[in-house]
Amino acid sequence: MRGGAGRARNGGGSVMAASGRSWFGALALGVSFLKCLLIPTYHSTDFEVHRNWLAITHNLPLSQWYYEATSEWTLDYPPFFAWFEYALSHIAKYFDPKMLVIENLNYSSHATIFFQRFSVIFTDILFIYAVRECCRYVNGKRAAKDILEKPTFILAVLLLWNFGLLIVDHIHFQYNGFLFGLMLLSVARLCQKRYLEGALLFAILLHFKHIYVYVAPAYGIYLLRSYCFTANNTDGSLKWRSFSFLHVTLLVLIVCLVSALSLGPFIVLGQLPQVISRLFPFKRGLCHAYWAPNFWALYNAVDKALTVVGLKYNLLDPTKIPKASMTGGLVQEFQHTVLPSVTPLATLICTFISILPSVFCLWFKPQGPRGFLRCLVLCALSSFMFGWHVHEKAILLAILPLSLLSVQRAKDAGIYLILTTTGHFSLFPLLFTAPELPIKILLMLLFTVYSFSSLKSLFRRERPLLNWLEIIYLVQLVPLEIFCEIVFPLTSWKLQFPFVPLLLTSVYCALGVTYAWLKLYVCVLTEHVFVRQKAE
Amino acid sequence: MEKWSLMTITVLLALTVRWTVSLSSYSGAGKPPMYGDYEAQRHWQEVTYNLPIRQWYFNTSDNNLLYWGLDYPPLTAYHSFLCAYIAKLINPDWIALHASRGYESQPHKLFMRTTVFVADLLIYIPAVILYCCSLKETSTKKQVSSALCILLYPGLILIDHGHFQYPLSLGFALWGVLCLSYDWDLLGSVAFCLALNYKQMELYHSLPFFCYLLGKCFKKGLKGKGLALLTKIAGTVVVSFAACWLPFCTDVEQMMQVLRRLFPIDRGLFEDKVANIWCSLSVLIKIKNVVSPQTQLKLSFAVTFLSLLPTCIKLTVQPSLRGFKLALVSCALSFFLFSFQVHEKSILLVSVPVCLILNEIPFMATWFLLVSTFSMLPLLLKDGLMLAYTVTMLAFLLACVASFSIFEKTSAEDLQLKPFSLFLKRYVSWFKSFPRIVRSLFLLSVTLMGVLSLMTATVRPPQRLPDLFPVSVSSISCLHFLFFLVYFNIIILWDSKNSRSQKKVS
Repeated sequence: MRGGAGRARNGGGSVMAASGRSWFGALALGVSFLKCLLIPTYHSTDFEVHRNWLAITHNLPLSQWYYEATSEWTLDYPPFFAWFEYALSHIAKYFDPKMLVIENLNYSSHATIFFQRFSVIFTDILFIYAVRECCRYVNGKRAAKDILEKPTFILAVLLLWNFGLLIVDHIHFQYNGFLFGLMLLSVARLCQKRYLEGALLFAILLHFKHIYVYVAPAYGIYLLRSYCFTANNTDGSLKWRSFSFLHVTLLVLIVCLVSALSLGPFIVLGQLPQVISRLFPFKRGLCHAYWAPNFWALYNAVDKALTVVGLKYNLLDPTKIPKASMTGGLVQEFQHTVLPSVTPLATLICTFISILPSVFCLWFKPQGPRGFLRCLVLCALSSFMFGWHVHEKAILLAILPLSLLSVQRAKDAGIYLILTTTGHFSLFPLLFTAPELPIKILLMLLFTVYSFSSLKSLFRRERPLLNWLEIIYLVQLVPLEIFCEIVFPLTSWKLQFPFVPLLLTSVYCALGVTYAWLKLYVCVLTEHVFVRQKAE
Repeated sequence: MEKWSLMTITVLLALTVRWTVSLSSYSGAGKPPMYGDYEAQRHWQEVTYNLPIRQWYFNTSDNNLLYWGLDYPPLTAYHSFLCAYIAKLINPDWIALHASRGYESQPHKLFMRTTVFVADLLIYIPAVILYCCSLKETSTKKQVSSALCILLYPGLILIDHGHFQYPLSLGFALWGVLCLSYDWDLLGSVAFCLALNYKQMELYHSLPFFCYLLGKCFKKGLKGKGLALLTKIAGTVVVSFAACWLPFCTDVEQMMQVLRRLFPIDRGLFEDKVANIWCSLSVLIKIKNVVSPQTQLKLSFAVTFLSLLPTCIKLTVQPSLRGFKLALVSCALSFFLFSFQVHEKSILLVSVPVCLILNEIPFMATWFLLVSTFSMLPLLLKDGLMLAYTVTMLAFLLACVASFSIFEKTSAEDLQLKPFSLFLKRYVSWFKSFPRIVRSLFLLSVTLMGVLSLMTATVRPPQRLPDLFPVSVSSISCLHFLFFLVYFNIIILWDSKNSRSQKKVS
């Protein structure tokens, strides 16, 4: 009897997979073709960064990887990524051996461009696979006749065709695709209760790019709560006696093994301090050249506004104001004039405090994979809000996992729409060259129109996803873009205040990101109380 | 999801692809002294802006007709003038008389690409979208997927946004078809006149337009309403032509000169390697050397006329919208294959009508559209568009397979060959395995095209046969086109009124 049911379910699954494979394949292939078309577009200095790393890892012995400094773009990713570049360099030599010469700074022959671009496109296969695994997890919750209205289909499009990932990886040039693939895959494994695999993948990921350490608290707590403790009391609280030493040992073993594999050689060589100093360059400023739309952008803006007001009413002494502060946004070091300056330690404490409630939530009221995902997004967003020298690209760390939630609950979908639209908009300054202007606008519109209309139709039986205030806020991005890209360059302010468009974009988007962060936090915390009341 | 958002997404996707293709190189980039079509368009802007209208088509000291002289009808010239006006506002160097010859720069490329992009967005794309929305008896999903496939047709994207050309004449022709399908005959004629006055190549489409409208008048009775309609249409055509030619109407010599520029009969039967019958035959017999130019002209005219005749008669006698679309395909194809002085790019005049029947006969249409793009491979390769060609071809194939599942639509009925197969009763047994044969033919042809594309791009031809690849591309394409001509003629001629009743039965 049970076997029969199981077989029937499997049969149904395979039919779904068969019909599912075709549309998923079409989506994945389609976006890969688009990526190929983006090959001739502008690429940023990150292209040279990765070329340099190819050359370093190819030519030098391991002991010099983290010391080599011919180019200003020194190796500042963890060892696994260096090994990844090392592996790539062995294919690269068949394309153009000249790109592997360390002294060949800013070398970009056609073959080099092709090789580097294609390496990104091909490694994205891991991302595509991870998306498929994530779709499986979401699958089957909501039946819809029309394929376009299935949550899995929508999720696949939202992830595969993600605007941010497309422009950051395939125009600006970076290898985020397969890294996010690793992350999504580990998320999918955790959701499928394959904890060890998930932990292994995440440990590997951390040694590819350490920025993912921001979401490590969510992983740590979730694994501890659901894997190391194997049972709950009836009221949902933790059963301390169910602690499993075996599981903890396994987890620790995995983490240690991966770390040993990655950092071991450098520990043996006695280079660990050098590696660490390369990985965490606190010498950089609080904000990146272009302010990421986070709390510090608002902080800087308030400081600047206060300075202007203070000067106008003679509350401040003009001679005491540091010169650079008035061209903020262009220099790396931003000096505050009115508000206290921020130290790395302060940002660390702020980040820690902001992450804490979400982690507590995950511990005290575990809600399975969904709770984990929410905590993960909150960790990513909180560190984005308060982190030191945050890049605007880091917003993808929150957007991609939130996509998984957005197709399951209307509330999350509303937050997702606000966060993606503002977060993606804040990526616009990454591409500032004229030929790429239509591409970024078209792709952004494509993604935004799709995400709004698909999520709206998915949740059409529930109340509207956004209230009127949020809609007004989002619609005003259009005039902002028109002003920044078209009107402003024609005015005479362009020479006097060249930083104004960047400042406006960053501050305006910071409002939206902060709002989405607060809303998600409130959502998580209040729901927590609500569930507990029900349990009582 | 609603229809409008799906259509918006389709259009945005199509625009994205167009713009990314436009980042690649263009015809004649960095190739002095003659450059290519890009320079021709720029030169026309220069000439039309700086010279009085009376000198546009004449050889003067300021207007050397041997260097990309204007050889398209007045609307093209007006359009160039308009673009030149905008160019002048941005950077006068771009259109400075004489001094700007061969001007190339990144901002200028951006400007030229934008003009094409805008033209496409304003004329061609709306026509496609409206056409797909007007398709009856099809679901929203099918309408959207036809729009997607039509807009992703690689031939047009590569030629317009890669090679460099404006999609206006085809866009106007499409508007003409659209108006006729709504029974707005007069508007349709105006749109087609605009198309014709943008590029004389639109003559390929003129016979179906003429026959369809004539047939419609006959149907209404030549003595009553039909005559009135005919007069109205004739009047409209005359007025719109006059409007387009107004500045040239002052002088007979002006008009004659323009006409001489439009139809340069002294340029020979064919140029370059074009996939039509004359070029392919010349692999075996050097027709150009054997027959005198006058005879060539007569010969090509006679063959073209003969191949057109059945379709045109059929359309006049039984005017129907479906027949009209098919006739557009087969007439344009006849012209392409047999007429005088055909250019590779003229295959687009066949492709666009084929796009219109994409949702009806998806399998054959996809096949044809792939072959048509393939036939322009040597041209695209010369322009450095190999990457864009490969990617857009694959993407188009993917779009067609995903949205029409073309491989499941290869039965005789799906290919609209049912009446024909009934006619060929003796071969019924052969027809049973028909779908499989057609499918394997398709796969064979696609493989052949893929292999040849790959070889053209990578392998150096043997020294004795430097033109090996272009010639084989054009001959293979020509064979395909002949096959398609026969196919389309069959479905036109065997399309009887009872096909509708058959549908009801099935």
